[in-house]
Amino acid sequence: MKFAVIVFPGSNCDKDLYFAVKDSIHAEVEMIDYRETSLDGFDAVLIPGGFSYGDYLRSGAIAAHAPIIKTIKKMAILGKPILGICNGFQILTEIGLLPGALMRNRQNKFICETVDLRVENSQTIFTSEYDYDEIINIPVAHGEGNYYCDIATLKQINDNNQIVFRYASDINGSVDNIAGIINKEGNVLGMMPHPERALEEIIGSDDGLKMFQSILKSHMNRVNL
Amino acid sequence: MSLVKVYVTYKESILDPQGEAIKKAIHGMGHTSINDVRMGKYFELNVDNNISDIDSEINLICDSLLANPNMETYRYEILEDAE
Repeated sequence: MKFAVIVFPGSNCDKDLYFAVKDSIHAEVEMIDYRETSLDGFDAVLIPGGFSYGDYLRSGAIAAHAPIIKTIKKMAILGKPILGICNGFQILTEIGLLPGALMRNRQNKFICETVDLRVENSQTIFTSEYDYDEIINIPVAHGEGNYYCDIATLKQINDNNQIVFRYASDINGSVDNIAGIINKEGNVLGMMPHPERALEEIIGSDDGLKMFQSILKSHMNRVNL
Repeated sequence: MSLVKVYVTYKESILDPQGEAIKKAIHGMGHTSINDVRMGKYFELNVDNNISDIDSEINLICDSLLANPNMETYRYEILEDAE
């Protein structure tokens, strides 16, 4: 399985993601510049955290118009796994692959801590190794992670089981404590917390490991069908 | 050349933590009669006169980049022959 890590000007979790794939699941991975227009040969796309374009205008708003985005949208239509973390989640909402938007934290402060998340859907290609309702310990680091969507959209994503992670308690004002959502088709996941920073117990938690293992395993199951 | 002034603001239903913080500072300055502050964004676009449908072009730019329709709304005004 081959992963692409998309690098925008201002991305800063790109290396973390690269090594998460390389060292935790030993899959192939390459860093891909935002000016590229081809992702031929790649099986999955990872959009890292950071501050693309310095968060100018709105988080993710300018990255949403980078050359690689058209290709990412094509990958999404092909059903390839696409995972956006933190700024990656913001970009996925800006390009319309996921509903809603990420707004400034209600308390107007940057949060940098490790929090409890509840796994609300363990039947996705990203979370199959977790148990439903499992509490996992994952770091967050964001100033604009306050998930917002209107009531109609909230009902829709609830009804379709698209809410994958919730914060165990309200940390930033997100609607319904939403920390991560998936698209209806089940191949595009966005989340504010950083599973790539929770891969070794020695630095606090290895609860992020199962996410990368889930992606790999789901891929292998598809390939071996 | 025309000058297009674009104003982007949060929808009314959206909480604006920056506006709230600014309001508190204003109250701290003693201006307690200020009841509410909403912060927005302002853009100036210089536009060629040969553009065929300026409204549709500006709307497209606002909808796809300058504003996020999920949480923001915008309005604009066109000043013709601005130099």
